[in-house]
Amino acid sequence: MGNVLVLAEHRQGELRDISIEMLALAPSVAEALGGEVTVLLLGSGVDEMAGKIAGHGVKVLVVDDPLFADYNSDKYQKVLSALIDEYKPRLVMLGQTAQGADLAPALAVEKKLPFVPDIIGLEVEEGVIKATRQLYSGKVNAVVALKEADTGLVAVREAAFEAPDPVDAGAVEKIDSPLKEDLDYRKFVEYIEAEIGDVDITQSEILVGVGRGLKEDKNLPIAEELAELIKADLCGSRAACDAGWLSDDRQVGTSGKTVQPNLYICMGISGAFQHVAGMKGAKTVVAINKDPNAPIFAEADYAIVDDLLKVVPSLIEKLKELKG
Amino acid sequence: MKMFTCIKYVPDTSEAEVKLNAEGTGVDSSRFSYDINDADNYAVEESVLLKEKYEGDVTVVSIGPKSSDVMIRMAMAKGCDRAIRIEDERIADHDPLMVARVLAGAIKDQEFDLVFTGCMAEDYGQAVTGVALAEILGVPHAAYVKKVEVEDGKVKAHRELEGGLREVVEISLPAVLTIQTGINEPRYAPIRGIRQAQKKELKVMNLDDLGVPVEEVGADASLVVLEKLYIPVVESKAEIIEGDPDEKAEKLASILVKGGLV
Ligand SMILES: Cc1cc2nc3c(=O)[nH]c(=O)nc-3n(C[C@H](O)[C@H](O)[C@H](O)COP(=O)(O)OP(=O)(O)OC[C@H]3O[C@@H](n4cnc5c(N)ncnc54)[C@H](O)[C@@H]3O)c2cc1C
Repeated sequence: MGNVLVLAEHRQGELRDISIEMLALAPSVAEALGGEVTVLLLGSGVDEMAGKIAGHGVKVLVVDDPLFADYNSDKYQKVLSALIDEYKPRLVMLGQTAQGADLAPALAVEKKLPFVPDIIGLEVEEGVIKATRQLYSGKVNAVVALKEADTGLVAVREAAFEAPDPVDAGAVEKIDSPLKEDLDYRKFVEYIEAEIGDVDITQSEILVGVGRGLKEDKNLPIAEELAELIKADLCGSRAACDAGWLSDDRQVGTSGKTVQPNLYICMGISGAFQHVAGMKGAKTVVAINKDPNAPIFAEADYAIVDDLLKVVPSLIEKLKELKG
Repeated sequence: MKMFTCIKYVPDTSEAEVKLNAEGTGVDSSRFSYDINDADNYAVEESVLLKEKYEGDVTVVSIGPKSSDVMIRMAMAKGCDRAIRIEDERIADHDPLMVARVLAGAIKDQEFDLVFTGCMAEDYGQAVTGVALAEILGVPHAAYVKKVEVEDGKVKAHRELEGGLREVVEISLPAVLTIQTGINEPRYAPIRGIRQAQKKELKVMNLDDLGVPVEEVGADASLVVLEKLYIPVVESKAEIIEGDPDEKAEKLASILVKGGLV
């Protein structure tokens, strides 16, 4: 049978969006494979979450055990390994997230599964599962086929699919934990919350964003001057924060902040999906980038293909003239 | 402390136009400039920092062409002690599980406390190799690491999660850590180091030298097939502002002001 097993993801008591986003893909793939979708939820005290997932018309398999109070890739791997043997799903889906990327490669090696990470598309063609993924930061797409195997594995990119609305109630089934004891070689210690900086960019009305294209920190005043002039706050890509031009709390993206300004002017940012995921809520986007093929232009309302070091100083002058 | 640091030579495609080769089986890389993968650069620095703190040595491992020797020498100039470069056309290098198996072949029979990789290579963007390597070596791992604290046979790894949250996990050594960018400030190689690096050992090996059978790491061994590559069309609804830089700036200024956006 061509069943699809989806691994739900949650953290600090909250179901993560990716868990439901995967349900945009799983049912059609299961149908094409002639099977059904089952969602696996591992946790402790997760009845409410199980109900929420089941509300999408799928069967939810729940392991509710204090062993899973905190996420632990190795424990998850042990459970998935046992359940793959028992249920023989044709495909296992999980998120390409901090959890998934810590788990999926090891599971693929252990169980000798055909594995495609970070997928943005999934199809079944004549019984063959084919996944689409991006190379070279989105400049090339690849279709990767999973060779014939009892079970395949894919990791689905976050925010690549829209979470479907709830439909009708599926069933929740509780099973005993296949893992009986805690592990001694990996232990969860604690969470450390992100540092809070002087400005909360998630609340900013106007943002000026800088990326690696700014080249050096001596060019930062250009962005600062523009920001000051239009009463914007400064933010940046991961590359800009890694370089130390901005503090980490100014980073926009999956591992940074999710922003929703009225206006986002970004310069020298390529538009990697991790960055774009954090700026989807921006109302008007102006992108300045010298590469006409930069993925950031797909997000832009106004596009300038040029050298930011030439355009931005001039923009500052023009704005000063217009605003008097 | 004995360490291995795995690095990759990748093209910088952030500003380049990427075209497929004539056969459509790969990209035309003739005009790319190559350098160390960003996250790997941080991995090199982290291993050198630990070496300076606890004593020990660092072996660089890389799969790549002769042209990547400059990158490897640079890592040695920064403090790594020796290097193994693996070159063999038979490796199915689009599949990170095959790559991990080859890297494991270079490490598994040696003594080690920590193995570092970058968390993701910029070219294929899979974020798989390091964690797969740990499983093959049969040791614990932590991915997306932004801080490393070593104490009594254990390591506390601060893993970066979404939204800037971190998760601290304690794992026993030996272990594999996949390093996230921004964990440290990679140093510039000192002149003296660059000179010394020329004298450090750089061993070039193929699968036979490593004792890794091609049946385990070649295209037939890989469980995935790269069927097709294509250049996606960037669907942009953007208004493209044309002109010389000053004209563009002027038009944009007027759009922003008249549109009440600023
Ligand atoms: C797990 C994980 C999480 C991540 N989380 C985030 C995140 O939260 N946020 C984030 O931003 N990234 C994140 N990243 C990194 C992301 O993949 C990219 O590497 C990063 O966003 C690139 O930053 P950039 O656009 O500034 O640099 P690049 O991709 O190097 O782009 C630089 C751009 O500047 C342009 N440019 C260069 N010179 C000029 C000039 N003179 N004028 C105009 N344009 C110019 C170039 O054409 C290019 O498009 C994450 C990565 C991983 C693996």
